[in-house]
Amino acid sequence: MLIEPGAPAPDFTLPDQDGNEVSLSDLRGRRSVLVFYPLDFSPVCTDQLNVYQEVLPEIQASGAELYGVSVDSAYAHRAFQQQLGLSFPLLADFNPKGAVTKSYGAYLEERGHGTRALVLIGPDLEIEWSHLSPSPLEIPGANLIFDALEHQPA
Amino acid sequence: MGRGGLRSAPSPDLRPEDHVRGEGPVTVVEYGDYECPYCAKADLMLASLPVRRAFRHFPVVSKHPRARRLAEAVEAAALQDAFFAMHDSLFADQGRLDDPHLWERVRALGLDLDRFEHDRRSEAVAERVSLDFRSGISAGVMTTPTLFVDGEVHPGIPSPELVARLGGG
Repeated sequence: MLIEPGAPAPDFTLPDQDGNEVSLSDLRGRRSVLVFYPLDFSPVCTDQLNVYQEVLPEIQASGAELYGVSVDSAYAHRAFQQQLGLSFPLLADFNPKGAVTKSYGAYLEERGHGTRALVLIGPDLEIEWSHLSPSPLEIPGANLIFDALEHQPA
Repeated sequence: MGRGGLRSAPSPDLRPEDHVRGEGPVTVVEYGDYECPYCAKADLMLASLPVRRAFRHFPVVSKHPRARRLAEAVEAAALQDAFFAMHDSLFADQGRLDDPHLWERVRALGLDLDRFEHDRRSEAVAERVSLDFRSGISAGVMTTPTLFVDGEVHPGIPSPELVARLGGG
């Protein structure tokens, strides 16, 4: 089951697309949205992250940073990020495969990759909001992120 | 802008500034971009149906680098009463979307090129495109084309069921 508001955010350290490690503790002091998605280069993901990229300045102006998370390697993330022209980091939950995605309850065992889920982590590293997509084909709208941010204390 | 500036809102019904054509009992609002081949196809399918339809810009630049520039070009043409003339011209030939091609189209449509070149770079035209895009984000649009049929969302190319419902053969 996807992690729910009020729970402490499970700890992690994952490499981004450039091989730089990003840890949960790095997120302290501001809001972060983890965007769990199935796989790099799958057509539906491509639309999702492209649209989030279009509104990234507004998400940041609303006080949050965005991080994509999938089971792909840092090298695949780098190519994917370049092809899509994304400027937010993509974290590689590659080894052990999907471990962080599982700890957030966003892993599809039968498929071997993450599902589509959004998790908002507060400045104190507590989960503030989460959203599980009813199916991997259904893309959570960017409006949901803005709705969630609007409902958090300043 | 404040927090939550793009929060959820239903896709607005027709607004005075919408570009609308066609007649029919049902109103279809189409979000699309001019560099998207699926949008060209959806637009063509709608053209054969007895519906009233509005087109709204949803340029996703990280996917289609020219999309916003093309939306602005069509809005600039709209200021010379040629919105759908330019819209149809772009969708009919998506292999020629660079500036010299746009100038050719402007000339072929009999528009004032100097005015077009000025208008397409104007703040007002940029704002007009953003208005559509932001309404799409608030309505949860995540892919193009996305159609709203009397407020109900249909992402992607219209299905045969939807076409039949809209009076298609």
